[in-house]
Amino acid sequence: MPKAYEPQEHVVDVVVVGAGGAGLRAVFGMAQEGLKTACITKVFPTRSHTVAAQGGISAALGNMGEDDWRWHMYDTVKGSDWLGDQDAIEYMCKEAAASIIELEHYGVPFSRTGSGHIYQRPFGGMTTHYGKGIAQRTCAAADRTGHAILHTLYQQSLKHNAEFFVEYFALDLVMDDSGACTGVVAWDLATGRLHLFRARIVLLATGGYGRAYFSCTSAHTCTGDGNGMVLRAGLPLQDLEFVQFHPTGIYGAGCLITEGVRGEGGYLTNAAGERFMERYAPNAKDLASRDVVSRSMTIEINEGRGVGPQQDHIHLHLEHLGPEVIEKRLPGISESARIFAGVDVTKEPIPVLPTVHYNMGGIPTNYHGEVIQLRNGNPEDVVPGLMAIGEAACVSVHGANRLGSNSLLDLIVFGRAAAKRAAELLEARHAKAPPAPAASVERILDRFDRIRHADGDQPTAALRLEMQKIMQTYAAVFRTGGNLEEGLARVRDVHARFSRVRVADRSLIWNTDLVETLELANLLPQAVCTVAGALNRLESRGAHARDDYPERDDDNWMKHTLLHFDDATGDVGIHYRPVHLRTLTDEAQVVPPQARVY
Amino acid sequence: MAKFRLPANSIVRKGRYYAAAGASRGGRIRRFVVYRYDAAAGGNPRTDTYEVDLDDCGPMVLDALIKIKNETDSTLAFRRSCREGICGSCSMNICGRNTLACTRAISDVRGDVRVFPLPHLPVIRDLVPDLTHFYAQYASIKPWMRTQTPPPPDRERLQSVEDRDKLDGLEECILCACCSTSCPSYWWNGDRYLGPAILLQAYRWIADSRDEAAGERLDEIEDPFKLYRCHTIMNCADACPKGLNPAKAIAEIKKLLVARRF
Repeated sequence: MPKAYEPQEHVVDVVVVGAGGAGLRAVFGMAQEGLKTACITKVFPTRSHTVAAQGGISAALGNMGEDDWRWHMYDTVKGSDWLGDQDAIEYMCKEAAASIIELEHYGVPFSRTGSGHIYQRPFGGMTTHYGKGIAQRTCAAADRTGHAILHTLYQQSLKHNAEFFVEYFALDLVMDDSGACTGVVAWDLATGRLHLFRARIVLLATGGYGRAYFSCTSAHTCTGDGNGMVLRAGLPLQDLEFVQFHPTGIYGAGCLITEGVRGEGGYLTNAAGERFMERYAPNAKDLASRDVVSRSMTIEINEGRGVGPQQDHIHLHLEHLGPEVIEKRLPGISESARIFAGVDVTKEPIPVLPTVHYNMGGIPTNYHGEVIQLRNGNPEDVVPGLMAIGEAACVSVHGANRLGSNSLLDLIVFGRAAAKRAAELLEARHAKAPPAPAASVERILDRFDRIRHADGDQPTAALRLEMQKIMQTYAAVFRTGGNLEEGLARVRDVHARFSRVRVADRSLIWNTDLVETLELANLLPQAVCTVAGALNRLESRGAHARDDYPERDDDNWMKHTLLHFDDATGDVGIHYRPVHLRTLTDEAQVVPPQARVY
Repeated sequence: MAKFRLPANSIVRKGRYYAAAGASRGGRIRRFVVYRYDAAAGGNPRTDTYEVDLDDCGPMVLDALIKIKNETDSTLAFRRSCREGICGSCSMNICGRNTLACTRAISDVRGDVRVFPLPHLPVIRDLVPDLTHFYAQYASIKPWMRTQTPPPPDRERLQSVEDRDKLDGLEECILCACCSTSCPSYWWNGDRYLGPAILLQAYRWIADSRDEAAGERLDEIEDPFKLYRCHTIMNCADACPKGLNPAKAIAEIKKLLVARRF
């Protein structure tokens, strides 16, 4: 191995990569279970992107009226356009109430009802009685629910003395010859030192890869580093073609305006001032699920009914809600609209546009959080030593389209589940982490050294911008085969040119030029796989809308896409896993496929 | 007689000047004067000056820093993440004020835009200060819910709307450290004085009707240094990019400490 890098070794039971909502929930859960846990994170925990979640977290608490977790399950299956695994969805919806009560006990400052219970608001696609009424299911802390939850989870992690390695950038998974994961190598930005974490379980909670796109609500740090590591380890990612566009990103800036605005009574209008969602979703209107609203907005704009001088965006109104509701329930987005759109929301509408927001796809796992792969004909083969949760994972509870306020729930429920599972798996507490195969570690250090000294003619920022523009153009709200083919060729070309990347900064200390280059190395394969998956899927389902295949095709395509990536050639290998059309227990019934109308 | 000397590398020198590229010369050019320091390379800190064409740049100071990093000088180091004022990563000193680069409009700044790291913290590199001590102080106040009464097993603790309202203006803190590093008292005694951010966090729990450790919390911070180095200078309230008022929270703590003597 390159001498300069001799990594400092740590031996732990579990190493959690990422300290967002899912990572933190798992970290202190594991600490509570008595596991020796290390959490490595590239940003200080409260800077993770969970902090930006606004509207709330769903659970059928029934604080505002009748509710039942089975209705929540039905909504989630329907929202997923029947690509979600129903056993996992059952688990999530059933565990929701207990998980959120726990959060309240930890101190999350939820907004309250007159009776002192957690306040819940309506959200897109959330109904009662299997689609008949509108549910108030989304538990909110004003419009800063993610901030409230993330800070509370970090506080709990402090309480349980979890060990953090902050501003450490994870480089790669250490894999042994049998295909088991035995650790992870990370780079400490402050000292420049490399560290080898040997662990019995590596848990990836590294979030999504929104930054593959030019305009997204995601933070700069949302680069899907765990997904990148998984692809490099020769493991597949699942369902990457499903990318959620949030209907209301601020026009230009891309900052998120919560769906809670519409939950509180806000609505969208086109250039004629028409509430056009009434035409597309006669029942749910502005509270139809996100893919439906984003498509409707795009059609309005494409047909010349957009607002503004370029007729290229839509108006979101909340001025009719009155200053009191706005101040009480939506203070954060009022601030964002003022700063980033120059708009006083009590007087004028906010200019908005569908904006990339969430990756339904990710690392395939079962509902315990264990990473699975297709091996020897078994689509549920567990990868020993590797787990994944949160946006990085694809359990799959969101299928082809996630419902608003189900992502915070996903983080909490599966963060908790992963901690329990890890405790079960590691029952023999005194066993040691397996050794790290020298060859694997050496490959990781060689790659790091190679990229650190990359001296080509392609600046990182230029390659990244090119990739982002391609993704924005070709893997958009509406897709066609021809477009996707062209997009695939172009994004593969950018990937190929990464071999000629240039890093100007050679330092090991806070070298963000190198960090961004390593992030780009993670993003590019995901971008290629996203376009390849979209080109491959000859139907329209959830967030994946093909003009040339406008219908859902359950006979041929009710299955998960598994994408392997060959970094040397840029080739994508595609396989499939069946969707779980089964429940976990007989407390719930399978929701059979049906037409999806809102 | 004792001689006092500043460390040799404490003087900030003038660094490089990066003119805007040819095509941009006609645009609206603003100069960004940016603090640079690389401990590993040794030597003095310097200020590099970058010309930025505002016609080809987003509206915020962070947009300009990213443009500089992408197009002119990829070695410039700074923290950033959410770019919408909620994660607290890009806190820095812009034209003499601590704030978030992502919510600070370039148009609100006159003349050259001078960008420095948060003051009075060790600098790791460029605009990246070492916040280890700040975070350790946060952990020291045990900032989590402390109760004796077990919570109801299957439902939330109740809290009235009025009691919940008492957390407004407190729980929104993003731990960006703008307030603490704007406080002269924290500059002098930051090793022992908890500073406005951490005291606001302490009060956030004291003010929470669900928490049952207000007395302990007051005991823990009743200390000439931890608490009473606040001299109501009010820079904290002035600096907070979220519009919070840490000085008021500190005053509330002091009031409670006085009240409990009687």
